Amino acid sequence: MKKILMASAVSAIAATSAFADGDVKIGVLFGFTGPLESITPGMGTSAELAIKEVSDSGMFMDGMTVTPVRGDSTCIDAGAATAAAERLITSDGVKAIVGAACSGVTGAVLSNVAVPNGIVMISPSATSPGLTSAEDNGLFFRTAPSDARQGQVMAEILMEQDVNEIAISYVNNDYGKGLADALQESFTAAGGTVTINTAHEDQKADYSAEVGALASAGGERLVVVGYVDGGGSGIVRAALDSGAFDLFHFPDGMVANALEGNFGSELDGSTGQLPGTDSPGSDKFVELVGDSFDPSGPFGPESYDAAALILLAMQKAGSVESADFKDHIMDIANAPGEPIYPGELGKALELIKAGTDIDYVGASAVEFIEPGESAGNYRQIVIEGGKITTEKFR
Amino acid sequence: MDILNALVVFANFVLVPATAYGAQLALGALGVTLIYGILRFSNFAHGDTMAFGAMITILFTWLFQSWGLSLGPLPTALLALPFGILGCALLLLATDKVVYQFYRRQKAAPVILVIVSMGVMFVMNGIVRFIIGVDDQQFADGERFIISARDFKTMTGLDEGLAIRTSQGITVITAIIVVAALFWFLNRTRTGKSMRAFSDNEDLALLSGINPDRVVMITWIIVAALATIAGTLYGLDKSFKPFTYFQLLLPIFAAAIVGGLGSPIGAIAGGFVIAYSEVMVTYAFKRVFGYLIPSWEPDGLIQLLSTDYKFAVSFAILIIVLLFKPTGLFKGKSV
Repeated sequence: MKKILMASAVSAIAATSAFADGDVKIGVLFGFTGPLESITPGMGTSAELAIKEVSDSGMFMDGMTVTPVRGDSTCIDAGAATAAAERLITSDGVKAIVGAACSGVTGAVLSNVAVPNGIVMISPSATSPGLTSAEDNGLFFRTAPSDARQGQVMAEILMEQDVNEIAISYVNNDYGKGLADALQESFTAAGGTVTINTAHEDQKADYSAEVGALASAGGERLVVVGYVDGGGSGIVRAALDSGAFDLFHFPDGMVANALEGNFGSELDGSTGQLPGTDSPGSDKFVELVGDSFDPSGPFGPESYDAAALILLAMQKAGSVESADFKDHIMDIANAPGEPIYPGELGKALELIKAGTDIDYVGASAVEFIEPGESAGNYRQIVIEGGKITTEKFR
Repeated sequence: MDILNALVVFANFVLVPATAYGAQLALGALGVTLIYGILRFSNFAHGDTMAFGAMITILFTWLFQSWGLSLGPLPTALLALPFGILGCALLLLATDKVVYQFYRRQKAAPVILVIVSMGVMFVMNGIVRFIIGVDDQQFADGERFIISARDFKTMTGLDEGLAIRTSQGITVITAIIVVAALFWFLNRTRTGKSMRAFSDNEDLALLSGINPDRVVMITWIIVAALATIAGTLYGLDKSFKPFTYFQLLLPIFAAAIVGGLGSPIGAIAGGFVIAYSEVMVTYAFKRVFGYLIPSWEPDGLIQLLSTDYKFAVSFAILIIVLLFKPTGLFKGKSV
């Protein structure tokens, strides 16, 4: 019995080590259960799509294969997320992690697991401004822009439209507060005045009190940082009906088809912005995905790009160890070089091998700014005749 | 002129919305208080009963709209209201038959009934979501405004506008009619008197030959009517979303308790106290004072409390009332 056990153990070890020569594992750590469970399957599949594309090309590190390993970061339970990341690294032996999905657990996994183990993490969807200044030893990147960035972009758009006085009503959570504060900071720095910056609770029965205070403060535009299927619409409804504000500005949480359905042409002239790009990459991504899942879901392109960046950086460094390739991620993502779109990962690997410089554009038009996060591309919209129309991309 | 402007600002942002909101809360609190007075338990399922009644009304409204039926400037939902009440009454009577009757026969303690009503709440919650979905539903039609802010400005030449929505007007008028009818019913009719007798002293009422099953049945029907009307008016004024009805439960209970559980007048007073305090204490008086005292240029917003605290306000009032008058403002039953 003992002999059999020993033999099987030895052969298992031999098998793994033999296997390890030709195979790299990449962790895909998203909140597959919890509040984001409806969008994470698409994100996971997107990341795995890039991994499969690289693996199937046969060009990766002289024919090595790449295998994804999923982990569940739950989105809300930092303990469970840390344990899942720990398992990915110590027992599955992943060389890098695509993830995590939510800002809170991403910070926990980064400081408790990724940094101590020296493993690179690229999150496609953690947007909290707090992660910009996290202690990461150069190991953390994100293909989604920080909300602080959206605050700046929003302030620029408003300033370009000669709006000098705004009132802000934000939904009382991390997203609302973070974005509202970022906007206030950028807008005042640019010389504008924020007359009031106050919270509303989501999904409440009545918003007369909030709108009363906002109306007293006044302003040329009311910026509603909330959710279109929650309190954000309630605030807009009450503000329109009481004649408190006619013009609004909406960030990403509010710009959706429901806005047209709820208000129609009452919002004509109001503006907004949401993440989006007109780069050919997004169309190519849709083509690549085909019918396997819905490519228009949030953060799918960012997930694909996160996985692709990790693998291309490995190729460039000629090593799968995080310590070696972490410094190449910025080069790969940014110009100059041959632009690379989704579906061209094989070509990219070949170019890198040949020593040609590449600029990974990917599905979400990735361009990294220090300290390793996407500069973000935004679609600026204006509401005309009751329809959300694209004004331009920035 | 400036005094007029100040008045208009105050009316537009405090008086009008708070009155409409108060009427909605009062109708909801009346239902809660009737159940507490006659059936002797706090019905946590009331918010979802309102949602259910409103949902049936919405479904009929859509049906009528597809037939091309309308009430002109008034919302079609008013036409569908009787059907909503009927549907809601059927549901409540069925719930009573299947659930509450069993516990009533056992003479279960009120606290058990409260927990039972919580179970009923979750079931109704599920039914409503199952039938109409969790999303926002729009069903208001007809004229949106009795007078809009812009029209008011051109009409009066004032700098400030006053908007009164049709739904706000209907809410207040309907609330007055319903409350008058309810009081007439409770005070003047035989059945109403027997209900009050049953509420005052159950044993004595039974001895004098009042049929308890009939009292219970009529109570549920009235509650169904009140809940459906309150739910529909609320939906017309804001929008219909099952989750907000569940959230509405807290201010409704606060209103009923402040007024005195079991007292119909108290429920109405409580509804308005809660609504006005939520809106008024957190209102920023900058513009009102700006008109009244033109030479004064205030830096701040002259706001007593930030709107973040609006729920704290209603609950602070609740606690103060309970400390000094445990039976509520209008001598209800002590809680």
